Amino acid sequence: MIKKNSEYLINRKDNQYEVVIGLEVHAQVLSESKLFSTSATKFGAEPNTQVSLVDAAFPGMLPVINEFCIKQAIKTGIGLNAKINKRSVFDRKNYFYADLPQGYQISQFKDPIVGEGKVILDMPDGQKEVGIERLHLEQDAGKSIHDLDPQNTFVDLNRSGVALMEIVSKPDLRSPDEVSSYIKKLRSIMRYLGTCDGNMQEGSLRADVNVSVRIKGSKELGTRCEIKNVNSIKFMQMAIEYEANRQVDLIEEGNSIDQETRLFDTKKNETRSMRSKEDAHDYRYFPDPDLLPLEVSDEFINKLKSDIPELPDDKKKRFIDEFKLSPYEANILVSDIDTAKYFEEVVAKMGKNKDIKLAVNWITGELFAVLNSRNIEISQSPISAKNLAILINLIKNGTISGKIAKTVFELMMDGNKDPQKIVEEKGLKQQSDPKALEALIDKIINDNREKAVEYKQGKEKLFGFFVGQAMKASGGKANPQLINEILKKKL
Amino acid sequence: MSDITKQSLIELVENIKNKKLSSMDVTKAFIERSEKSKELNAYITEDFTSALDKAKKFDQKPNLDLKLPGIPMAVKDLFCTKDIKTTAGSKILNNFVPTYESTVTENIWKEGAILLGKLNCDEFAMGSSNETSFFGNVQNPIDKDLVPGGSSGGSASAVSGQLTPITIGTDTGGSIRQPASFTGTVGLKPTYGSCSRYGIVAFASSLDQAGPMAQNVKDCALLQEVISTYDSKDSTSIDFKRNQYSKELTNNIKGKKIGIPKEYRVDGMPKEIEDLWQKGIQYVKDCGAETIDISLPHTSYALPTYYIVAPAEASSNLARYDGVKYGFRAKGENLIDMYEKTRSEGFGAEVQRRIMIGTYVLSSGYYDAYYLKAQKVRKLIKNDFDEAYKKVDAILTPSTPSSAFKLGEKTNDPVSMYLNDIFTVPVNLAGLPGISIPAGHDAKGYPLGLQIIGKAFDEQNILNIAYAMEQKINFKNKITDWWIK
Repeated sequence: MIKKNSEYLINRKDNQYEVVIGLEVHAQVLSESKLFSTSATKFGAEPNTQVSLVDAAFPGMLPVINEFCIKQAIKTGIGLNAKINKRSVFDRKNYFYADLPQGYQISQFKDPIVGEGKVILDMPDGQKEVGIERLHLEQDAGKSIHDLDPQNTFVDLNRSGVALMEIVSKPDLRSPDEVSSYIKKLRSIMRYLGTCDGNMQEGSLRADVNVSVRIKGSKELGTRCEIKNVNSIKFMQMAIEYEANRQVDLIEEGNSIDQETRLFDTKKNETRSMRSKEDAHDYRYFPDPDLLPLEVSDEFINKLKSDIPELPDDKKKRFIDEFKLSPYEANILVSDIDTAKYFEEVVAKMGKNKDIKLAVNWITGELFAVLNSRNIEISQSPISAKNLAILINLIKNGTISGKIAKTVFELMMDGNKDPQKIVEEKGLKQQSDPKALEALIDKIINDNREKAVEYKQGKEKLFGFFVGQAMKASGGKANPQLINEILKKKL
Repeated sequence: MSDITKQSLIELVENIKNKKLSSMDVTKAFIERSEKSKELNAYITEDFTSALDKAKKFDQKPNLDLKLPGIPMAVKDLFCTKDIKTTAGSKILNNFVPTYESTVTENIWKEGAILLGKLNCDEFAMGSSNETSFFGNVQNPIDKDLVPGGSSGGSASAVSGQLTPITIGTDTGGSIRQPASFTGTVGLKPTYGSCSRYGIVAFASSLDQAGPMAQNVKDCALLQEVISTYDSKDSTSIDFKRNQYSKELTNNIKGKKIGIPKEYRVDGMPKEIEDLWQKGIQYVKDCGAETIDISLPHTSYALPTYYIVAPAEASSNLARYDGVKYGFRAKGENLIDMYEKTRSEGFGAEVQRRIMIGTYVLSSGYYDAYYLKAQKVRKLIKNDFDEAYKKVDAILTPSTPSSAFKLGEKTNDPVSMYLNDIFTVPVNLAGLPGISIPAGHDAKGYPLGLQIIGKAFDEQNILNIAYAMEQKINFKNKITDWWIK
């Protein structure tokens, strides 16, 4: 089942290089309050309005674990098919920075809450498994703002103490496309679980990208560089491409790679050294004495397991089995939870005599086109799932033709109108009364006697002419199938 | 009643309840004596005016059902008090006024007590003589130029000198029991998790514990009853059934088994300490208890373990004092320069020393050899006590290896200073309760204390033993009021 993805290699004169990538994804836990305090976590609030005494590290203030965040992390672990550690420890990661009020970040070092797991990527030429090393919980830092004043730096502590999940992958990724697919898959799983909104613009999902290169076929890992805090898939791909080529160039020139932390400059599209291994912080990790080791029972974990909704992989399998979708179609529909929800609602509202194929085509065709052109999410769709289902049923039961349906669809977008009403109001209902159609066709044949004779003598191409005339005469509303049948009979 | 300040807490409470005294009488008396006692330098911040206001208010509508009705008291300046400056004895918090109240002090005010002021202490509770305070050293009421012990030196001095009827301190390695011993007063370090750490300026989080300090055991028991509560704001607070310590106090300790650990007979211990200990053994026997020789084999590792664990935690706990958010800030060329200047100027020498030690023992490459090993030894020390408590109900030791020393005598010799805590630190490392009671005097007439160590959550038992012994010992503190002109 695990198939090798088409290779992404960097070619030089005599050598082919393979790129090895591992990601540390920082996903903000979807939670109304912070990891160790009750402050709110809303995005975009006025600076320093969501800060408690704990978040600002006032003397004598103590962290208290937010149980909801623990549940969210465990749920995510379950979604990553990972081992949930019944005992985990919060450690202090010590360093000084103005936006780190405590002078340390509470994180998990040796004993994370979630251990090894895996996710499956659907690549164009097959599936690929990516190992998860661990998931741990930690606090976010505040934000230093350097560009508001020439002399001073301002600090916003709204984000200070917000819960993050750091999801560390194994160095299993081999190309920018796999990285893109991996991030999308993680995002999809977490959005299904409701544990992270995955909003990259708001910084809810960002990653440190570890890149190394090696001669194709080599078993040993090369020296890696870590590109810090990249906040879009596009930038990750650009950064990897730049960094891998930089490393290859160095090796080709006979140099070695220095293990270091680098920054990706999005304007110049290049990575720059931030600090070398020698300058690396000594974080002096030690267990936070303000917090006891976190222990969760099997019962606690099992309760969470029973609350896990159907996840994308299972949903995809079900769509394929139940609705006879192709893997490609199923993938498109399950990758985003809102799309999957929309699709399932359309299916439900179509009732007994449903045409799944038609629904898939309308969602991935007409609807997606509208969403793309308007640059909106499916959750903001101008047409509700219910109305789309009605429209599809109108096509299916012959009330309107597919062509007319497109006209109706256009009209529906203005205020999510009921397609049934549009059809009635505009008189778009398909003419399916055989008697009326027969009369109409009789008239056409009468008016075009010569052509009818030619047809009968064998000029079959003329059939299309008659269909066109009939449709035209009916204002496009005639049931094409019936027209066909009647014409065949009459000619 | 001219000698209001000589009365015990229990007497004061009784007199206020019987309306023989008003809160105002009592508050005024302690304020007057405090005013006359500036030379002790026990206070960092006085809050006398508002104390008188509160006393007046109390008397207008006295609630005599409270446990500390209208009782004035000063507290160690490590407890955050709402709208009252809280310094932790440090320049770096010289201007810090909390907007919140510690749980322990909140518990006290809820029972009717009135804040007199904030008491001097070693900077961030790091010290054994109260000489590291930014606000100057504290005098021991026992004798001029004698240290009161530390870090709760201001608290011990204030109780001993009758500037406050009772007080609270914090004890990380002996900071309640050692100064109690040096000043002839009673000090209890409760079980770790008994009193909330919320709102107490942190020194070493896994060791810090607040506790009562008083003139006698019963006062101490009453205050413990007030301050010990379960608190969800402190994740290390423990929800166990707490006794009505003063109500349940009894001097009947017949049949109790008291362990005498041979490892506490340390080299170079003065004979008078050994004699005191022997007397203590006799006292408990006289009370009908039985003494049993026990061994706590890892005792000698306690001090070095403590001086790794406590500075390690402190180095991290004190990182928040960086000049960015509150407290003292020095001007700097840039962020790093501001940090360096703020912390170099804001912290005293002893605090800096401990931050350095703590940073070192947590550094990569040293962590395993120091911090991790210390944690393992800590476990062994705790196991020693667990073993011992299979055979005994409590353990009796001296509180300190010597009586109070002169100001400046040990300031240049940190190791000799640290040795003061040799009998008290194992108790913190094991998270157990320990109480120091005055048990005699040395040749110079300075008080000496005995320590009773209990099982976890067994405060009632050690209070009972202390109570029984107190009655046998009949200790009289020799306070001459030498500082009052």
